[in-house]
Amino acid sequence: MSEELLSRSFTLHSHDFDRAGEISTEIKAMLKELGIDSQVIRRVVVVCFEAEMNVVMYADEGTLTFVLTDEDVGIEIADRGPGIGDLDRALEEGWSTATDEMREMGFGFGMGLPNIRRNSDSFDLRSEVGVGTTVTSRIRLDGLD
Amino acid sequence: MKLAGVIALMGCETLSAAGDDVDVEAVVASDGMSEILAFSRPHALMLTGLTNIQSVRTAVVADVSAIVYVRDKRPEQKVLDLAVQNGIPIFVTSLGMFDSCGILYEAGLEGVM
Repeated sequence: MSEELLSRSFTLHSHDFDRAGEISTEIKAMLKELGIDSQVIRRVVVVCFEAEMNVVMYADEGTLTFVLTDEDVGIEIADRGPGIGDLDRALEEGWSTATDEMREMGFGFGMGLPNIRRNSDSFDLRSEVGVGTTVTSRIRLDGLD
Repeated sequence: MKLAGVIALMGCETLSAAGDDVDVEAVVASDGMSEILAFSRPHALMLTGLTNIQSVRTAVVADVSAIVYVRDKRPEQKVLDLAVQNGIPIFVTSLGMFDSCGILYEAGLEGVM
């Protein structure tokens, strides 16, 4: 049984483009200070940043919950929003429903969820159209893919 | 290769200075931030034409050595402030993306994707 070392929860707001990424930066600093392996930090922070951008771009609001144990980092991003109708397509690289405004931000090229999955040791995506989406990612601290 | 050498080759203007001994091990060039997050590796030089705040956030997350904005595109002050706060050196070149990549490739640097 793993031991929980740290747990934090953050609120994410729709269309708050200027602040999107702040939480990831804060988590990066926190993990660095704890002496976590830099490759693990990088994977965690990519997951958090892509998740932040997804909520900011597509959802009405969301929560990012971060749990560090002595074995892994767990990240859950739950949003209230339009949901995803076709989960398989949403996980295909290059498939996107982004608007031009989102693409001008440098995102919305169909890489977000695939990037989250690529950087996770375990990954789960659940969604209900008209209700919202929950992404769960777990990244092991031993750095093995 | 040292960052100072790369910057000289590209005729860059410094917007946020780097330390003396920063290494560049590869180049990641894109206006798509998710592509940079997917393929970059630590100590890569990030070339982009995207000058918004997300370019700096991406640089921080991807652990790049520095950002070079191409085609003489300049970020707003709040973007520069965030870069300084996070220790990300920022440069601007009048070269376009294609020419920038060509010069860096000729100098022996390789792309990450």
